[in-house]
Amino acid sequence: MINLTIDGQQVEIKAGAKVLDAAEKLDIDIPTLCYLEGVNEPGACRVCVVEIIGEKDLQPACKYNVREGLEVKTNTPEVLNARKEVIELLLSDHPFDCLTCAANMNCELQALAKQFGIREIDLQGAKNEYPIDDLSPSLVREPSKCIMCRRCIEVCAGVQEVHIYDILERGFGAVAGPAFNDSLMDTPCITCGQCILVCPTGALHAKDDKQKVWDALRDSEKHAVIQTAPAIRVTIGEMFGLEPGSLATGQLVTALKRLGFDKVFDDCFGADVVVMEEGHELMERLESGQDLPQFTSCCPAWVKFCESFYPELIPNLSSCKSPQQVFGALVKTYYAQQAEIDASSIFSVSVMPCVAKKYEAAREEMNDSGQDRDVDCNLTTQELGEMIKEAGLDLSKLPETEYDEPMGYASGAGVIFGSTGGVCEATLRTVYEKITGTELNRVELKEVRGKDFKEGIIDLGDGRIIKAAVARGTGNARKLIEKLQSGEADYDFVEVMACPNGGCVGGGGQPNYSGYDSWREMGDKFVQRAEGLVEADRGKEHRKAHENPFVEKLYNEFLEKPHGEKSQKLLHTGYVTRQLYTDSRLVGKKEASSEISDARKGEEA
Amino acid sequence: MSALQDRKAIQMDTDDKVLEDKYEKIDEILKEAKDKEESLIDILHKVQKVVGYLPREVQIKVAQDLGIPLSEIYSVISFYSLFSTEPKGDYNIEVCMGTACYVKGSDEVLNELKEELKIEPGQVTDDGKFSLETTRCVGACGMAPVLLVNGEAHGQVDKENVAEILDSYGKE
Repeated sequence: MINLTIDGQQVEIKAGAKVLDAAEKLDIDIPTLCYLEGVNEPGACRVCVVEIIGEKDLQPACKYNVREGLEVKTNTPEVLNARKEVIELLLSDHPFDCLTCAANMNCELQALAKQFGIREIDLQGAKNEYPIDDLSPSLVREPSKCIMCRRCIEVCAGVQEVHIYDILERGFGAVAGPAFNDSLMDTPCITCGQCILVCPTGALHAKDDKQKVWDALRDSEKHAVIQTAPAIRVTIGEMFGLEPGSLATGQLVTALKRLGFDKVFDDCFGADVVVMEEGHELMERLESGQDLPQFTSCCPAWVKFCESFYPELIPNLSSCKSPQQVFGALVKTYYAQQAEIDASSIFSVSVMPCVAKKYEAAREEMNDSGQDRDVDCNLTTQELGEMIKEAGLDLSKLPETEYDEPMGYASGAGVIFGSTGGVCEATLRTVYEKITGTELNRVELKEVRGKDFKEGIIDLGDGRIIKAAVARGTGNARKLIEKLQSGEADYDFVEVMACPNGGCVGGGGQPNYSGYDSWREMGDKFVQRAEGLVEADRGKEHRKAHENPFVEKLYNEFLEKPHGEKSQKLLHTGYVTRQLYTDSRLVGKKEASSEISDARKGEEA
Repeated sequence: MSALQDRKAIQMDTDDKVLEDKYEKIDEILKEAKDKEESLIDILHKVQKVVGYLPREVQIKVAQDLGIPLSEIYSVISFYSLFSTEPKGDYNIEVCMGTACYVKGSDEVLNELKEELKIEPGQVTDDGKFSLETTRCVGACGMAPVLLVNGEAHGQVDKENVAEILDSYGKE
């Protein structure tokens, strides 16, 4: 252990720690901006400078190693002035549109300006002005607000291993962005939105689609229907002061009714249908031995990752659509038929923990209901919370209401889709029972070396086994795929969720808080949300998708059988091989290369 | 938005045909680089020597063949001023901005060149004849202010004799 003095107070800390860690132990707040422990530690912003006795210059606390007898001062006038100057320099090249900025009241730069009482910027000079990139259906990039902290670069390259961003140009003209400062649409961006979660300012944020939903709600000709994703019920409460992981299903339904939705449905019902379809597909593949392992296809960011970086695995992706799109296709067919409503009058909204879902709903093949789009508009948890606030409702104080029928009841299997391992477990509960005739107790998955992903074996009893694996984060998915391709590993069923912290509970569309300086702490908080889903699963009368009476009804009255002709038409899809880098001059050629790969899809067309 | 599209329009100007016969040589460089695990900067220098500059499609090729993210390649290229993403003219003019040349008025020389050629540093004239760039000290301070045309030095340049120099290289 190392002993040092900070502002006259003694503190003991393990060797290798930084001055910042030691100060934290003493509850001394040293401001940080670029620092995100575990992901981004470049010491770039200099906002954490401190005085080290014996050093000529001020030193960044996030980089400076502790040593025996070290004496540190964190709040001398020189230190405070230096920090203030750093902030003023950043502000001098920052657009002053805080009032209308997506990160208003949730911006680390703004918070520092307030903390340091900056009322006036003495430094006047040139400002970098870049065009806003809002061509992606998921993310908006406002490079003029970039403070070059490098967090987006590191989370995209180091955690997700997608490598979209880097520092472009140099000196005053430098900015973080994709090569050529291209639109994200011209890059292999998988739209996971993890960069949104770590951006300290409004330089990266989700596309805002709230107005489209308000317009539909005001339109009396429209029949507005909404599906809520599994993970929303345990996170939206956070925006209204509830603890992360608090289950607020009933309050959520009430809020949506009061906003004016005609029907409020549970996307977990869609997830139950996915279990039926994907489970049957898995059983067929286990029988034939073809295209194994089967990869899940619920996560649109993972699907795009696979299409871009591992197109050879496209045949292994489940052809089943995600719960959002399964639900979307059913709302405008099955529900319209049941409720005797003209499908063209339905405005189908989904609320998702995710920005990739916006991109997924906009994929041009997602129109099997015969209407323009199966899902007309997609909101993130954050956007829905904002709408509820705008309408003057406090979700935490609302009474509880049940979801509407016939697409509002879900089994516990559908609910756990919202956290990592959930899709795998939900599918195996049904597959195991269909094959063996007995109930599966628990799916036990063990972490493989390095905690990159989990794997486990499900014994079917008659000498047959199912080898399953679960990866969260596309960086970990890469490691899993490499093992698979080298022959080091062998699986039958693999779940991948693109979001590294707990799957959908840590999605890029979830309530977003600035001010984290540790990736681990951020992750812990997201994973805590999943506990609410486990609780919700336990509380369900039916815990297996095939036991859901409304799912049974759907198959009896409409779809006939899982993976049957009608299901294949409505609920299954194909995938495209994507070029990693598109030359924007070759836009025509790019489209020509995007042929739907799935043979079944081809036959229908 | 419009600026984004402008950016694309600029990229569209690169001429595919100029590159076609150079891909074989680039392939060779990249293959050798892979075998020898050369550094990215060295590789890019070699490729630039072949093509004359590093247009978008060449950067994409390097990224794909070497399995290096395009963002990283563009980041390196846009950082170092010795890499160019724009084609050079038949005659590349470099104006020395070193201290001695600057004191002797090289900024005026540069302005005169900009006016005569109607281009900014980093650009090429419409007829492809001249390109213009600024450079750091070329080590010929005794001749300040200095400009180089395809490496050939011209000393004691002032804004009066700029036109004369351009004429000697066939400016119309």
